[in-house]
Amino acid sequence: MDDLIQAWSERVRQAAAGGGRLRIRGGGSKDFYGREPVGELLETGACRGIVNYEPSELVVSVRAGTPLAELEAVLAERGQMLAFDPPHFAAGATIGGCVAAGLAGPRRAAVGGVRDFVLGARLIDGRGDVLRFGGEVMKNVAGYDVSRALAGSLGTLGLIIELSLKVLPRPLAEATLRFDTDEADALHRLNVWGGQPLPVSASAWRSGGLYLRLSGATAAVGAAVARLGGEALDEGAAAALWCGLRDHTDPFFAGELPLWRLSLPSDALALELDGEQLVEWGGAQRWLRSERPAADIRQRVEALGGHATLFRHGDRHGQCFHPLPAAMLALQRNLKNAFDPAGVFNPGRLYEGL
Amino acid sequence: MADRFEEPAFGAVERDFSQVDKARLVQALSRVLAPAGLLHEVEDLRPYECDGMAALRQVPLVVVLPETEAQVVEILKICAAQQVPVVARGAGTGLSGGAQPHRFGVVLSLARFGKILGVDAHARRAVVQPGVRNLAISEAAAPFGLYYAPDPSSQIACTIGGNVAENSGGVHCLKYGLTIHNLLKVRGVTIQGEIVEFGSLALDAPGYDLLPLVTGSEGMLAVVTEVTVKLTPKPQLAQCVLAAFDDVVKAGDAVAAIIAAGIIPAGLEMMDQPATAAVEEFVKAGYPLDAEAILLCESDGTPEEVAEEIGRVRAILENSGATAVRVSRDEAERLRFWAGRKAAFPAAGRISPDYYCMDGTIPRKRLGEMLKAIQAMERKYAMRCINVFHAGDGNLHPLILFDANKPGDQHTAEAFGAEILELSVALGGTITGEHGVGIEKINQMCSQFATPEIKAFHRVKAAFDPAGLLNPGKAIPTLNRCAEYGRERMGRTSPQAHPDLPRF
Repeated sequence: MDDLIQAWSERVRQAAAGGGRLRIRGGGSKDFYGREPVGELLETGACRGIVNYEPSELVVSVRAGTPLAELEAVLAERGQMLAFDPPHFAAGATIGGCVAAGLAGPRRAAVGGVRDFVLGARLIDGRGDVLRFGGEVMKNVAGYDVSRALAGSLGTLGLIIELSLKVLPRPLAEATLRFDTDEADALHRLNVWGGQPLPVSASAWRSGGLYLRLSGATAAVGAAVARLGGEALDEGAAAALWCGLRDHTDPFFAGELPLWRLSLPSDALALELDGEQLVEWGGAQRWLRSERPAADIRQRVEALGGHATLFRHGDRHGQCFHPLPAAMLALQRNLKNAFDPAGVFNPGRLYEGL
Repeated sequence: MADRFEEPAFGAVERDFSQVDKARLVQALSRVLAPAGLLHEVEDLRPYECDGMAALRQVPLVVVLPETEAQVVEILKICAAQQVPVVARGAGTGLSGGAQPHRFGVVLSLARFGKILGVDAHARRAVVQPGVRNLAISEAAAPFGLYYAPDPSSQIACTIGGNVAENSGGVHCLKYGLTIHNLLKVRGVTIQGEIVEFGSLALDAPGYDLLPLVTGSEGMLAVVTEVTVKLTPKPQLAQCVLAAFDDVVKAGDAVAAIIAAGIIPAGLEMMDQPATAAVEEFVKAGYPLDAEAILLCESDGTPEEVAEEIGRVRAILENSGATAVRVSRDEAERLRFWAGRKAAFPAAGRISPDYYCMDGTIPRKRLGEMLKAIQAMERKYAMRCINVFHAGDGNLHPLILFDANKPGDQHTAEAFGAEILELSVALGGTITGEHGVGIEKINQMCSQFATPEIKAFHRVKAAFDPAGLLNPGKAIPTLNRCAEYGRERMGRTSPQAHPDLPRF
């Protein structure tokens, strides 16, 4: 493995010296995401394997090219999981790509996002230096928390080679309930439930149906089901629902219409934008299929206190991610420059010039 | 191209600020601040000469107490223009000297930013100014059945701005997370006087996620002016189990067994026998005095959930060889169990004129090794050390007992502490879990990180603060300091402990 890392480091050094660009790719399951990828392909698949897994420490250290499915299977054997519920989108998705994309699944609102579970990282920066940040312990405030900031950076700050992640036990019991209701009432109920000590682990609303997943101790789930009412889904239907939402295999995500991911305060009002809609994360994530101009969508979402991402389909040469205020953009450019001054990694994948 | 990048000058050697002109600075600041908000006479500056790390004292040139964000912007612009160091300060309860003033600098106190700007019960968030005390947020949220989860032991005094700066923890982190996990948005001002918002009211923000960089940055990247925190529904019930063990390693194994069984307790704390004895004498919590170690394990949630979890915890503790297991019968007893743990620091203060608190975090499975090594160090340095431990997340707080009035004692305690921290790194852990590096652990940063990482940290700082004016000399050592410290370490008679262990 050291030879591989050394070879990569040399490749980065040469690219930096010669104006080269590298397009980092794990399993290619998120090739659709972000602005158009450019650069010479650097595939991370050879850098794989679990380096250290201590179930009783709740920590796993894993090489970036390890398939997500392989990692999750190892954790499941010990009754544990990546609690942020990472989407796979396609076979072959890797843990490195998962952290670089920073995307979380249905459990996000209940337990936290990708960055909340990153404890440490090893990466090659744009100078070819191999750096290690964070560690394998839960609490660590030595140095700036660079490893968490890698979540969602789309590989533009460095080539991630290893990650240490916090893992959690799988819940003992789970139940999914369905309620008939409209969007406004669903948003209201989700926020009210969010303020109560209920074991909610996922939620979704679409076209008249509100779905709520409860996870935790058997007694807690049982008590919540009894209290909330609704119609219980059988295990198979529930698994298909949440899996379909996580991996976008649900029919809502089919077709070629632009797919927008709207990240909003959970209590933001109904969107009132035309297009088909799906609400998740207790109201904090809303998907929209719409051909409305980007400017209209961004304006409405901004007014509601959120931001909009053109997630799939549509124009990948323009802005996929929400435009940043000038002072914030300047900080982001400086940070990119600090790690990758020659602009080697995934140029322009996140924003033009980053 | 790579060669166009200029390395930050402050990364190699500390900047010399001796040219700062106090009269000119005071004059410029007096245009922004009323006289009561601008202190520059020595007797007025004295209260600011140290934070919770009282062994290090330094009077600043000036203390400013702005009341508005616009004033903060103006102050920072003046300091940037005159190239003056700025040290932001909350309640001054930090234990690592992070708010220690700079000799040629300004202390920017956020004490007058003390308003809770809003509690939105429906959206479960509170918007507060940085000078609001940690506990005050939970008090304001209590009528809605909500609270702010992170609870550092100093929560009655420490402020949320300081919590953000340190990424503070507490006794409930394993289940409820650190400060970073409970923030939505931090609004701050850069040294250039630009207002920037990190995070958002949604669960993420576009572009790089700078919130984790700013959180725990010890006032090195920006000055916080407003914080939006997440509020958590208050659990219906909490119950605590107290278990005694005749061996610390057995207690450590019990902790691992609880977690391996898929339980994430709300709190999981351990104390060794000397710590138990010290607090028992002080607060009469009812701790067994003959035990080598005691564990406190808290469960919270619905009554059904708690009953189920407590039953499982009890069985695991008994199977792990606990000599006694007691479950709190009511809220008064639960609070009594905790009172002892929370009084560990004051109790140390009662049995010793001074104590020095360490903050390393190690993988839990290394606990036995660490405690044995600390016992050997007690003999080596002829000094006592009592141990309290956030067992759930591996965060150790050894309290080294000493007497600052005895010649050499302070120095010996520091050497003792440094050895514990370096062993924490060697065991696969970190020198600081929640108290921050500040000035206190700046040398040990050199044992945790190699030159390329230290350089990267300086570049991160320069991305926010190119001239290195915010809290200079803290948190990240200069390369020069690390080189000197390396030479000093090489010269020691006993070289670094466990050189064969892998480092992370």
